[in-house]
Amino acid sequence: MSERISTPFIKLSKREGMKPAVIWSIRIGSILFAFILGMIPLMMAGANPFASYGIIISGSLSKKFVIQQTIKRAIPLLGCALAIAPCFKMKFWNIGAEGQITMGAIFASAIAIWSGPNVPRFVLLILMLIAGIIGGAIWGFIPGFFKAKYNTNETLFTLMMNYIAIGIVKYLQGGPWEGRQGTQIIPMFNKNARLPNVWGVYCGWIIVLVMVVLVHIYMNFTKQGYEVSVIGDSLNTARYAGMNVGWVMMRTMILSGAIAGVVGWMLVSGANGTLNSDVAGGVGFTSITVAWLSQLNAFAMILIAMILAIIGKGSATLQTRLNVPSSVADIISGILLFCMLGCEFFINYRMSFNFKAITAKFHKEAK
Amino acid sequence: MQNPNNCAIELRNIRKTFGSVVANDGINLKINKGEILCLLGENGSGKTTLMNMLSGIYQPDSGEILKDGKQISIRSPKDSYAYSIGMIHQHYHLVDVFTAAQNIILGLDEKLNLSLVNDRVKEICDKYGFDIDPKKKVYDMSVSQKQTIEIVKTLYRGAEILILDEPTAVLTPQETDKLFKVLRNMKADGKAIVLITHKLAEVLDVSDKVAILRKGKYIGTVNTKESTAQSLTDMMVGHAVTLNINRPLYENPKDRLVINGLTVFDGEGVKRLDDVTFSMKGGEILGVAGVAGSGQRELLEAITGLYPIKNGSILFKGDNGDKELVGKTPRQIREIGVGMGFVPEDRLGMGLVGSMGMTKNMMLRSWKQGKSVFVNKKSPETLAKHVWDELEVVTPSTAFPVRRMSGGNIQKVLVGREIASAPPVLLTAYAVRGLDINTSYAIYNLLTEQKMKGAAVMYVGEELDVLLELCDRILVLCGGKVSGIVDARHTTKEEIGFMMTTVGGKK
Amino acid sequence: MNFSCGKLNNMSKRQKHGLIYILAAIVLVILYICFPKGGNSLVLLFGAAGAYGTALMFGTLGEILTEKSGNMNLGVEGIMYMGGIFGLIAPNVYEMAVGSGNASAFVAIILAILASFLSGAIAGALFSFITVTLRANQNVTGLAMATFGTGVAKFAGELRRHQVGGYVTLSNDLKAAFDNKFMPDFLKNIPIIGKIIFDQSIFFYMAIILAVLIHLFLKKTKKGLYLRAVGESPVTADAAGINITRYKYLTTIIGGGISAIGGMVYTMTTAGCVWIEASLAGTGWLAVALVIFCSWQPLHSTWSSILFGALMIMYLRIIVPFFPQELYKILPYVVTVIVLIITSTRNIKDKQPPASLGVNYFREER
Repeated sequence: MSERISTPFIKLSKREGMKPAVIWSIRIGSILFAFILGMIPLMMAGANPFASYGIIISGSLSKKFVIQQTIKRAIPLLGCALAIAPCFKMKFWNIGAEGQITMGAIFASAIAIWSGPNVPRFVLLILMLIAGIIGGAIWGFIPGFFKAKYNTNETLFTLMMNYIAIGIVKYLQGGPWEGRQGTQIIPMFNKNARLPNVWGVYCGWIIVLVMVVLVHIYMNFTKQGYEVSVIGDSLNTARYAGMNVGWVMMRTMILSGAIAGVVGWMLVSGANGTLNSDVAGGVGFTSITVAWLSQLNAFAMILIAMILAIIGKGSATLQTRLNVPSSVADIISGILLFCMLGCEFFINYRMSFNFKAITAKFHKEAK
Repeated sequence: MQNPNNCAIELRNIRKTFGSVVANDGINLKINKGEILCLLGENGSGKTTLMNMLSGIYQPDSGEILKDGKQISIRSPKDSYAYSIGMIHQHYHLVDVFTAAQNIILGLDEKLNLSLVNDRVKEICDKYGFDIDPKKKVYDMSVSQKQTIEIVKTLYRGAEILILDEPTAVLTPQETDKLFKVLRNMKADGKAIVLITHKLAEVLDVSDKVAILRKGKYIGTVNTKESTAQSLTDMMVGHAVTLNINRPLYENPKDRLVINGLTVFDGEGVKRLDDVTFSMKGGEILGVAGVAGSGQRELLEAITGLYPIKNGSILFKGDNGDKELVGKTPRQIREIGVGMGFVPEDRLGMGLVGSMGMTKNMMLRSWKQGKSVFVNKKSPETLAKHVWDELEVVTPSTAFPVRRMSGGNIQKVLVGREIASAPPVLLTAYAVRGLDINTSYAIYNLLTEQKMKGAAVMYVGEELDVLLELCDRILVLCGGKVSGIVDARHTTKEEIGFMMTTVGGKK
Repeated sequence: MNFSCGKLNNMSKRQKHGLIYILAAIVLVILYICFPKGGNSLVLLFGAAGAYGTALMFGTLGEILTEKSGNMNLGVEGIMYMGGIFGLIAPNVYEMAVGSGNASAFVAIILAILASFLSGAIAGALFSFITVTLRANQNVTGLAMATFGTGVAKFAGELRRHQVGGYVTLSNDLKAAFDNKFMPDFLKNIPIIGKIIFDQSIFFYMAIILAVLIHLFLKKTKKGLYLRAVGESPVTADAAGINITRYKYLTTIIGGGISAIGGMVYTMTTAGCVWIEASLAGTGWLAVALVIFCSWQPLHSTWSSILFGALMIMYLRIIVPFFPQELYKILPYVVTVIVLIITSTRNIKDKQPPASLGVNYFREER
């Protein structure tokens, strides 16, 4: 009797049919709450939190140049979130987008490095794109294959594939593709292997926006997208409906890897102009936050990717201006994700407080 | 008998709601020592919910629970044990990788001393006539053995009030007799026993009193001696139900599906179906009877192409010649033009997608059609609206997630979809489990309708009465083997019951 | 795919273990012969692997405990990061407060353990709150924890660096205390095993003892039995009156704390009491992989951690001619992938994950 459990001070019941407006205000409220919590580390760093948020905004949006920088950050985040969305919809926890980006980047770079200066720009870029897609797709396929075949834990598998891909770049950087001996740097690609700029940012932003529309259509209106959502809900139902679950898993991972490969191609060809081991730079992880915060809705991802890019870029400014470590961006995005995960509870359940039980307990303790 | 001190526990004016659903309302109940009380009601009448409030799983929204005249509050299973209440749930609460003894002492405050536990378990077994090995792992046990552990578990905790939720649903008639014998021993020992059930024969056989619930409301308590099956049924369903299920005869049924020597093994290498041979005829409902886990699920899944087949053949005799189904996936079966409807046991886990609405669930059957890469939403939408109207599904819209619908409506959506294409073969597993009487009859009618259209219908069921009245022939499974196939019009419950436990059914 | 499995299944557990040990011994002997310059370098390798292996062992043991309750906390990476920095900051603050000559090594070690444990415990509590109380998806929460934890650790490291105006580190005396291989020389000089087993810091032995304790707890105590019941079948445990929430919270908190100690051990021994953000990367994830590798059995975490520790530093100790070092460095990850594949192909009843792993339990939903 000493161990009383579940004294129902708070009663929970499933909530049905909440209005979308209420749902979204809860979600937006939780995002605001996250930013309030985010003030704690800012204050610990001795900065005025309001001023800090001001700097984060101004440091990422105030001038044309910084806006371009912010958009440059948002492009791979958005692209990568699009890549993992189908996997997460399928409840396939692909955290290997980082590696898939890197592998796509390696393949694309191989074309850029091996091609002579005489290949026309358009042809070269397309060849690099195809190579990037293949590279990413292979890296997605491998864990997908073993998940489908032996139900191998995909979370760890895809993660290990990240380290392997990055290790390969490190090897290439210091070995066969090294520029000047001892620099550990791959030289910049020639002009023809670089993506053109549109409005001051490499044209990747157009490509990802197109991909947003394509992924949205894929997820909501195609047979393959339908298969993915059925499998995500119930494997047996999918099997009975005549879906080849293993193949869909592999196909989705190939697709996911391919999209990540496109991102890798854009990064080497557009953003960086060369390949280095930090090409993905944590995008694969941050994009998980993007995908989940946007509830796997492709259009919402544009907004969320921008918000996270603003926090990322802004906190870099914050570091130089107020000496607040830029890793505060990781903390804030972590808190954001926690709040978003937690707030679904208030959407799905109704709580009612049992004041009788509370006062009863109070009286007991008073004795 | 009417001694007021004899009362073990009393419920007064209990009410419990889940969201907008009222599960129990105004329930008054007295449970007496040395007495077996049957709690009778249809599926969904709130029997289990009510008893879960005694076992600490739920707390009532309002009302009182009295023990020995004093009001008590049971907030957890632990409290429940402290008030010497023990409940044996329908789904056993056992840890598969533990031994019987480890399961029995789970949650107790006493020191971990397994040899002592073994001795005490033996003692209890001897006293009431159980037979279990405390050192055996649960995953090696039969259903009846698992149930025994559950009962011993509550007795070990000193339970004076035992609540059994549909204990006979998974037992053979012989095992049921054994259980009732034990229950009578316990009653003689002064224990108060509550039996949740909807089987009238058992109620009349074993109980002293019967309390009846209907749609969450308390109807009354009667002495068993003074009641008959008919009077109890009237109280239970509110109006006299014609037990006759309409069973028209289809002229000259022909073989539709011929199954020969079907043998399957599960992932662990255990033989689940052993040389199963029978045929399904167009224009006939073939009932499948058997104790739970006799291979019913495997049989259905093997026919639909979901279960790997070791040996045997499944021949579909259609208008365009015979087609062999063994070795084909559900999709391939569909592609060779064999239409098959399947209502699986696990509705949301296998037949439907819980997070999707009716339209997208209708699509599960048709999504692959056509060459386009896009799904066709129009015809599923039409079908969804049709099912919605025809079967009177209660839902706000065709996009409302089916998971949030009630059990009966979910089943209607599923059955509606499966019969929509008028399949020549229709397989159903426990099609009326958890449904109220009216919905059940609606389902029976739908199946019979299909039969009269010439479909070969299989009805895997658990209630023998229904099997006897609905089906044309009954296939009895016993341990994965065909125990026999009988004409439903000329057989008895006893015959089938015996075939369920003994292959061949002859002594 | 099922090569040899059939035969293996027919053998008793003891026989199987024997076989594994014999195979391991044969591999070791072959390696010993193949590297003539030293089996010595191999012994040195495993001796040195003990340090990194210890960090892994704590990480793995903490996660085993957590997963036994059915909670799958993928945030070990973040938790070990936090342990790594707070385990350094605590003795650093202490030493600066009392002056570098006056600091007691014992107090410093205790503080390091407490601080790291506390950081992991808080992370575990946060994880439990979000998944158990607020019922959120464990996978995503774990991933968020990984991001959040590494963020907090990097942030704290930077902040402390600003405060002390340079590297966050300890005096040489304290550094030596943390990495003190205190066993007597005659034990260390025993051929082969001396270097591997006795030339280790105090944390190594703490980890081994912890492994044994967790093993005994799970197998021999009532609470251990209850905990396993919670992880295997929460419905059953709940019906038996076991407080699911309490068990899940407590084990996840303690498990998080233990994992975090691993991060501290890494910083204070392998990394030489200096905070280098990048060097800890991947350790937490390896620990999660190791949980699968040792099939949720704490005793197996001992040798497997050391084995993986050896793989991680092998490129430094055993030079393979003409093989690029950077590719050599990915060896442990390749091995992990292979291990994951192999473990997923086998199907042995007592080596399965806790049945409810990763699935939240809601009583009201039945």
